[in-house]
Amino acid sequence: MGRAVTYLLLAGLAAAASSAATLPSERVDYNDDVRPILSDRCYSCHGPDQGQRQAGLRLDRESGAFGAAASGAMPIVPGEPAESRLLQRVTSSDPARRMPPAYMGHDPLSEGEIETLRRWIEEGAQWESHWAFSPPTRPDLPQPAGDGLNPIDALVADRLAREGLAPAAPADRRTLARRAALDLTGLPPAPDAVQEFAADPAADAYERLLDRLLSSASYGEHLAGMWLDAARYADTNGYQTDGTRSMWRWRDWVIDAFNRNVPFDQFTLEQLAGDMLPDASRAQIVATGFNRNHRTTAEGGSVNEEFRVEYVADRAETTATVWLGLTMGCARCHDHKFDPLSQREYYQFFAYFNNVQEKGMVWNFGNEDPLLHAPTPEQEERLAALASELAGARESWDALGPQIAREQAAWEARLADAPDLDWSPARGLRAHAPFDGRLGTASFTGGSIDGSSAPEPVETEFANGQAGTAAAFDGKRYADLGKVGIFNYMDPLTVSAWIRPETSHDGSIVASMGENPIGNGWGLFVRDGKLWWHMSQRWSDLSMRLASQRPIEPGGWQHVLLTYDGKRKAKGVRMYIDGREQEFEVLFNNLDWPSQSNQSLKVGGGGGLDNRFSGRIDEVRVYGRALSPAEARALASTAPLGVLAAIRPDDRTPAQRDKLRSAFLELAASAGIRKASLAAAEAQRRYDAFLDTVPTVMVMKEGPSRQAYVLERGRYDLHGDPVEAAIPEALLGATAPSIANRLELARWVVSRSNPLTARVIVNRFWQMLFGVGLVKTVDDFGSQGEAPSNQALLDWLAVEFMDSGWDVKRLLKTIMLSATYRQSSHVDAELIERDPENRLLSRGPRFRLAAATIRDQALAAAGLLQQDIGGPSVRPYQPPGLWKEVSGNAYQPGEGSELYRRSLYTYWKRTVAPPSMMNFDASDREVCTVHVKRTNTPLQALNLMNDTTFVEAARHLADTAVRGEARSPAARIDQMYIKVLGRLPGEDERDILEDLYRAYADRFQSDRDAAEAFLAVGDSPWNPRADARELAAYAGVASLVLNLDEAVTKQ
Amino acid sequence: MTPETHATELDTRRHFFGKAASGVGAIALAHLLGRDLNASDASKPALGGLDGLPHYAPKAKRVIWLFQSGGPSQIETFDPKPGLAKLRGQDLPESIRKGQRLTTMTSGQSSFPLVESAFGFQQHGESGAWISDLLPQTAKIADDICIVRSMHTDAINHDPAVTFLQTGAQIAGRPSVGAWLSYGLGSESSDLPAFVVMITQGTGGQPLYDRLWGSGFLPTRYQGVKFRSVGDPVLYLSDPAGISRDQRRTFLDALAKLNRKQFEEYGDPEIVTRIAQYEMAFKMQRSVPELTDLSGEPERVFDLYGEDARRPGTYAYNCLLARRLAERGVRFIQLYHRGWDQHGSLKQGIQRQTKTTDQASAALVMDLKQRGLLDDTLVVWGGEFGRTVYCQGTLTESEYGRDHHPRCFSIWMAGGGVQPGQTYGATDEFSYNITENPVSVHDLHATMLHLLGVDHTKLTFKFQGRRFRLTDVHGNAVKPLLA
Repeated sequence: MGRAVTYLLLAGLAAAASSAATLPSERVDYNDDVRPILSDRCYSCHGPDQGQRQAGLRLDRESGAFGAAASGAMPIVPGEPAESRLLQRVTSSDPARRMPPAYMGHDPLSEGEIETLRRWIEEGAQWESHWAFSPPTRPDLPQPAGDGLNPIDALVADRLAREGLAPAAPADRRTLARRAALDLTGLPPAPDAVQEFAADPAADAYERLLDRLLSSASYGEHLAGMWLDAARYADTNGYQTDGTRSMWRWRDWVIDAFNRNVPFDQFTLEQLAGDMLPDASRAQIVATGFNRNHRTTAEGGSVNEEFRVEYVADRAETTATVWLGLTMGCARCHDHKFDPLSQREYYQFFAYFNNVQEKGMVWNFGNEDPLLHAPTPEQEERLAALASELAGARESWDALGPQIAREQAAWEARLADAPDLDWSPARGLRAHAPFDGRLGTASFTGGSIDGSSAPEPVETEFANGQAGTAAAFDGKRYADLGKVGIFNYMDPLTVSAWIRPETSHDGSIVASMGENPIGNGWGLFVRDGKLWWHMSQRWSDLSMRLASQRPIEPGGWQHVLLTYDGKRKAKGVRMYIDGREQEFEVLFNNLDWPSQSNQSLKVGGGGGLDNRFSGRIDEVRVYGRALSPAEARALASTAPLGVLAAIRPDDRTPAQRDKLRSAFLELAASAGIRKASLAAAEAQRRYDAFLDTVPTVMVMKEGPSRQAYVLERGRYDLHGDPVEAAIPEALLGATAPSIANRLELARWVVSRSNPLTARVIVNRFWQMLFGVGLVKTVDDFGSQGEAPSNQALLDWLAVEFMDSGWDVKRLLKTIMLSATYRQSSHVDAELIERDPENRLLSRGPRFRLAAATIRDQALAAAGLLQQDIGGPSVRPYQPPGLWKEVSGNAYQPGEGSELYRRSLYTYWKRTVAPPSMMNFDASDREVCTVHVKRTNTPLQALNLMNDTTFVEAARHLADTAVRGEARSPAARIDQMYIKVLGRLPGEDERDILEDLYRAYADRFQSDRDAAEAFLAVGDSPWNPRADARELAAYAGVASLVLNLDEAVTKQ
Repeated sequence: MTPETHATELDTRRHFFGKAASGVGAIALAHLLGRDLNASDASKPALGGLDGLPHYAPKAKRVIWLFQSGGPSQIETFDPKPGLAKLRGQDLPESIRKGQRLTTMTSGQSSFPLVESAFGFQQHGESGAWISDLLPQTAKIADDICIVRSMHTDAINHDPAVTFLQTGAQIAGRPSVGAWLSYGLGSESSDLPAFVVMITQGTGGQPLYDRLWGSGFLPTRYQGVKFRSVGDPVLYLSDPAGISRDQRRTFLDALAKLNRKQFEEYGDPEIVTRIAQYEMAFKMQRSVPELTDLSGEPERVFDLYGEDARRPGTYAYNCLLARRLAERGVRFIQLYHRGWDQHGSLKQGIQRQTKTTDQASAALVMDLKQRGLLDDTLVVWGGEFGRTVYCQGTLTESEYGRDHHPRCFSIWMAGGGVQPGQTYGATDEFSYNITENPVSVHDLHATMLHLLGVDHTKLTFKFQGRRFRLTDVHGNAVKPLLA
């Protein structure tokens, strides 16, 4: 096969396609014919980009095109081609003068392009503004051509008549039933439903079919799938470390919104700015997860601001693509080359999304702030029940107040008999060093004190301490408590000690660290005269560091205590000095990578030679939980209980009060009180524990306004002029309202004065149904985008959509009720040459199904599909080793029903996306994608023939046929066929399949092991009552049915 | 045909390997259109690709990119700085750093102590190229390679840097170099993909991501196909257990019959293409195992590449497979070897890296040369950035580490029209800033395309209204690198 010949063929088709897209109208039309040439060939030097504009000539503005240029020449003189300098320059025979300039590598205009310009000027050079920037109006409808035809058909017929084409015959009912089911639910129709529709003579049979499909819960799932591509939804963060995140509650919100048919303007408002709505509900805030679905990096060493800017840019550009069909990103580094969007306007749009309090470098193992607990309805019920239990327990506790006071007073009176009795919190104590004897003999809970693992000999002196004796440190020695206090960064903990630093008062109090001062681990220090805490995986960027506001006084005893809730954030830390909670400064708050010191616990040391303590330390306690504030305060009191009891209640410090109360409850309270106390604590624990299991979702949350700047060359650190939030002028029209914040932006996006949203959205629904949008460039409604193949139709749909209250179901139904949609998709050679992509709509749609639909259809036809809606993402089969070969993590496939959920629930790892989805052109979810790719490759063939999913589905499809009443191969083949294709095979088709069945059956008859091996593919067991050889042969036939072109095609 | 029409109007008639696949479709398409085809016009060897490409006579027909992921230190490999030894422990002068940004792994360090290479350098070959003692085998090909010491990049973290080097942009969504080439130049193999990717297994190191060999906004067909060492070499290649080749043949015949009926009824040429793709899949099921069957390779090949070359998943095995792919006309062969990210324990780490890659890298060049393939095969060795001259973390007697350094790094190129036996570009005495002949990532891409006969400013694809190119609006082919 010769290359040149094929090219001829293909080139012929291309030419046919472009001629089909542009109407051979009598008059040259500026928007259809002229602007595309000027935009494509001239604007990059004579367009909106001020920085690149040559000779001061601007051809995208009427004033520039018709006004005198700097040279005095008139670029365009209406009616006078010969006098128009533009035409002179593009036709110049002097290569040095001819535009576009050859010396810059540009090709000259084609003869056709020159002729178009010439004719347009000759005909008066009628100027029009860019079609998409004027709001759509309801077009006058041509008379409908006949019964059962709706306005869509009238507008299509009008176009076809001008082309001299006739519409195709209606598709047969079975084909139509499958087409509609695949379009609205992404699943094949049930054979019964097809049969019923095929036999239903009622005039409204088809409408009722559509109604049934629209009310099926599968509808919301199917439409959500498309929306997830646009929203770059995934289960991981992207970028190289690509850790997990949890956004499925947002995904479920989308499914639910489509199923409830939430008006699209409300759908938009809530996703863009639900958090800013008055009295926003939790669901409305969850909706804003849309703009937190972008990728985030957790790569070590990343510069926070660099990536924060990247996230804001992603939101701005995604919002512009999804709702406005604008390639806003082109104006990030310089003015847009083709559309009237300046770089300044880009950053004004950027500013709407710039006020989230967020980090550039994120946690790799879950959701990053701002986030919201988003319970499922069941969880919400459970939470409410637990909250009411908790309230009840607290109420009971409060009611006991007078009794507690009485009992405690009586107990305090008895304490005079036991003056030495003392108490401290015991629960969760991991280590306690009282330093009340020689090192090595002191009693510990949970640790040894022999110091054998210390790097140098330790001899700790004891001196008079707060409680008994204390340990004295000289800036060199330290005590090694052994391997206690090994916490990872998600473990709650408490550290408590009495300290008396010398005058040079820096040093480690307690630390689980080696001798690297910036190494892995945690420690409580005196540093720069402040109480200082740090927990770190890597000092420079993966750590938390805090310093008390209040200084530590040298020379006197002070009690220091710190609690940490195990939630990685500084806000989960409380710091106490002498029983009083302290304000602290957050020096670093980036504990984003697993940290666990395996070093022994050191008192007076850890963190290197420069961090040895000078002074005395006593009563070191380490707990494996965060003590309550009352407990924390109690530890700051060293006096025995009897001494405290002797103090008049009004004269007691909070620490003393808390210690007495805590001790009383633990040591002396009556059973009823203790029970109530435990019950209240337990109710709190149960509530907290359950809340920890409730999924969260990352959401938008407007923080204090952050100044936005023009970023020179798009670089995060090159601040240009400061800018305020605003919408590009070209979209606003003459009266420019001030649109100050994200909520106002969202309202404008769905307002009548915005020319784009309704058109952009109906166009994408059109693409979903017909394979190609009326504007083919679904993501570019700008100057370089393709003009609509039928603008009247696009505008009618857009206005109709808005007039209906943005009713999506109604829009889809309107389109699908049209005769245009219902046409048969048969095509002949002449038509395919003339209109290969069916832009003229003279036939029904025929194109390959999306990746998800191909898999879901196989599962559904096989009876394997598990139809639960929503929930955490699941892991179906995927060839082993795919994750492992590019990263450290292994993919663990799920079990049972998780293998058979709809594909939109498949766990989506951005950097290693599910291979069978990618083979069939799914978007990789790294960035927003609204255009559809559709290729046809041998990898798809291998995928359908050999992937476990499809082999197992084939076996189940065969099994249901074999289990049924039908006995003959022909009847069984019929059953399999109808499940996938919604129709019975023709005689000749059946013959081919029967032949295949017999060939397979012959082989398996002689090789039972082979049959069993084939049946063993997949996790589900094969039917033990079936004859393996027979079932395997039918499974082979079923596999063929799933591989048919018709099976993977909507037609 | 212009790139735009090729890409957008014919999307549904596209093929995977190139013209061969579409050829089958086109025959039937021609039949459909009632035209005669002259099957004897097979003078042009390339399959697929754009008309008018290559723009001029190519020196290289294919590329083997030995990507060393993680950022190999230039100071320990190709950019000797003997003067550093006496500066050991001193702070990097501010006059050198000039306030340029650092990663947040070291920006908080209180000092930036200089540290010299723990490994010596010698001159090698007639060209006298300086090569580290860590690379004794690479030293043997000193006269076949061109060392570039003046590469620089814009990114300072792995993800953006590797993405930049492999796609020409730091952000996601752009096609990879291999995808650009299979789109522009098509394939010279009728039964193997135009763009193959292989990754050394078991090295650990920074993760990789599909986008590095992805097709971005180009049609999916142009993405790299991973050849794997675990399971099927190509995903889903093997028939299911219990299915024989004969059965698969019978299956495909029946499928083709039914699909042809469908075509007769519906007339959609896409159906014909699908029939062809199933045939191509069947061919691949034979050609790929043949490719990976090394039993025919003589002992001396394993002496050359090393015994590792017998073990699938090793770097040496992938290098040997790269040669076999090159022999079969695969356009773009992309290897990845991870583990070059020596923030700490560099001495130990880099020895491990060079030990597993030095011999096979050199062997590949020698092998290609012996077979006469080096002349038209461009081999590129290198990572995404270099490493800092100052120590990351604590500088001790026995060990040190280096952070990412985007301002200079070293790569080498061989064959395919590259001027061998030269060292190009220079850095200052700290290997911190480039002093001579800087080569940007865009320049490297432009040079690679140039060697393949492609003007980098003219290989474009229109997406979202803009004609994108691999080199964005930058880059120049570096003429002194060309033979």
